[in-house]
Amino acid sequence: MNAERITEKLNILADAAKYDVSCSSSGSKRKNKDKGLGNASNGICHTYTEDGRCVSLLKILLTNVCIYDCAYCVSRKSNDIKRAAFTVQEVVDLTISFYRRNYIEGLFLSSGIFKDADYTMERLVQVAKKLRTEHNFNGYIHLKSIPGASDELMREAGLYADRLSINLEMPTAEGLKLLAPDKDRQDMIKPMGFLKNEIILRSEEKKLFKKAPIFAPAGQSTQVIIGATPETDQQILSMADQFYRGFKLRRVYYSGYVPVIKDNRLPALNSDVPMVRENRLYQADWLMRNYQFNVNEIVNANNPLLDLDIDPKLGWALRNLNVFPIDINKADLQVILRVPGIGVQSAEKIVSARRFGKLNWDQLKKIGIAINRARYFITCHSSKFERRDLTATAIKQYILAESSSKYLKNSSVQLGLF
Amino acid sequence: MITTLIYDGTFEGLLTAVFEIYEHRLDLVRIKKGEWLNTALFENTIKVVTENTRADRVLKGLKQKLSAMGLQRLYAAHLAEMDGEDDNLLGYIRYVFDSSQNVEEDYGNKYVMRVSEIVRSVRRERHRMEAFIRFKELKDNTYYATIEPDFNVLPLLVKHFRDRYADQKWIIYDIRRSYGVYYDIHDTQYISLDFATLDPGNAIAAFNENEVLYQDLWKNYFNSVNIPARKNTKLHLRHVPKRYWRHLTEKI
Ligand code: SF4
Repeated sequence: MNAERITEKLNILADAAKYDVSCSSSGSKRKNKDKGLGNASNGICHTYTEDGRCVSLLKILLTNVCIYDCAYCVSRKSNDIKRAAFTVQEVVDLTISFYRRNYIEGLFLSSGIFKDADYTMERLVQVAKKLRTEHNFNGYIHLKSIPGASDELMREAGLYADRLSINLEMPTAEGLKLLAPDKDRQDMIKPMGFLKNEIILRSEEKKLFKKAPIFAPAGQSTQVIIGATPETDQQILSMADQFYRGFKLRRVYYSGYVPVIKDNRLPALNSDVPMVRENRLYQADWLMRNYQFNVNEIVNANNPLLDLDIDPKLGWALRNLNVFPIDINKADLQVILRVPGIGVQSAEKIVSARRFGKLNWDQLKKIGIAINRARYFITCHSSKFERRDLTATAIKQYILAESSSKYLKNSSVQLGLF
Repeated sequence: MITTLIYDGTFEGLLTAVFEIYEHRLDLVRIKKGEWLNTALFENTIKVVTENTRADRVLKGLKQKLSAMGLQRLYAAHLAEMDGEDDNLLGYIRYVFDSSQNVEEDYGNKYVMRVSEIVRSVRRERHRMEAFIRFKELKDNTYYATIEPDFNVLPLLVKHFRDRYADQKWIIYDIRRSYGVYYDIHDTQYISLDFATLDPGNAIAAFNENEVLYQDLWKNYFNSVNIPARKNTKLHLRHVPKRYWRHLTEKI
């Protein structure tokens, strides 16, 4: 391997791939077989970038050459940048060598579109096939499918990859029309439907015949770019909800738009990345997937935008004070999960522990709940009840004041101002 | 009067100590790991001589009162080797034996809670080691990694790395505790290396010829994926505390 050339390619093609935020390597259960290399189940983050994002997979493009001209993308054909392309074997070697050193959980391979969809997709599939069949590699493989690729190639991809994704890029069809006029939303939705059916079919086969091959065991996901177009959070989360239901997606990723290109259809080059909003969308998405919140409970016509000051669970609780306070020693797990400041682990611990006796504030604190938020919403085995019939605004102010005072503690100058 | 039991720091030693406490019906006890140095300094001190048959009997008793998971957690808490926590482990074990039902989920109890806290720290470190171990390929194709965890988590890592790297020879060495694990494609064994015969400054001579290339590629990759517009040093440090950096290829 030519060290200089491969280093240059890696720099270019990793740099171009970094704006895709999906990084997860969990949700598969591929085992090491026949004393081969690797397994995929744990979803380990091996390191973190200086911006705090997790690095779990070798995330690269096969090439940044592209025939399209999407306004939000650094690889678009009208952008004057250095171009490069890996060979199939180079990607395979890099993946194996990085994996053996425990740098990564596997590969996330995406690509610009050179020639046409099938030509590109075929090469992505070749990489995965080589890793699985020639190297007995059982680590995680995520392929970003090319919109418009044939069903045959999608099916083959599912036999080697753990996860497949097709990026919707824009939350709505109108947004896509505006920024990626060459692209058609239907070309993205059609293969998602195909994969959904195939995944269901194959997993039923697997139940009947143990020997049936596994097919995309970590399912499919998608990514949307946030803040490049003017959609509301309600539009974005409703879209996500619809795709979770309709296509059984495992994850929707929200990528705050990073201004990289001057284009009058887009936010200006020096505008901020909407990081807080992105974070709130992930929290809201989490509530839908893990806490059984309905999308309308989080955003609706009266509240189309997520509150940037507070997380969406607290936001919901403050809009629904009539539900509270709940008795921590009696309420169902589902109800406890809705209390701000109580996570899944603490909720489960509470339900286990109260079989042995009623819990008081001290014990709840030890169990790990955030008392400073939870105390306005619960009662427990203790005479003190903290809510004192406060209004939602008052509770919000108390909580905000208390959480910011943590940062003020060391600063007597600032405290003097109050 | 308080009796102090001194044991050798092993899990078997701890269980042997428990055996003696029950055999001699000791009530007020304190338990410490350490060397048996000067008995005259303490009154009422018993030296626990680790004995597998005794430890086994206590283990059997624990198995009847705890789930496999509960026992595993007790073992993990012991591996934390935290100063002054042996009395809490003892309190936990006594609470388990004194109760008629399985109490491992009684998080309202202070010993159960404390063990659960210790286990959380140990698990976090085990998880970090699974993430942060960086192997380097030696001339004979063995993959070698050094670690310095706060807690003694190496025994908890063996299965993970055996399952993952089944087709390569590897060594993980805890340089703080001077022992390691060697996997030769068939079995794993605990080893200790004699660094006196190795020149650490010249270790590069032992690396495979491609090793430096891949280390450089990885460092390059790490720098390429960074998005300066999103820089967040505080978050970065929370995920990758500085004390781990000297073993992280991308941070050296
Ligand atoms: S098709 Fe993909 S790679 Fe090509 S310009 Fe559009 S987003 Fe970028």
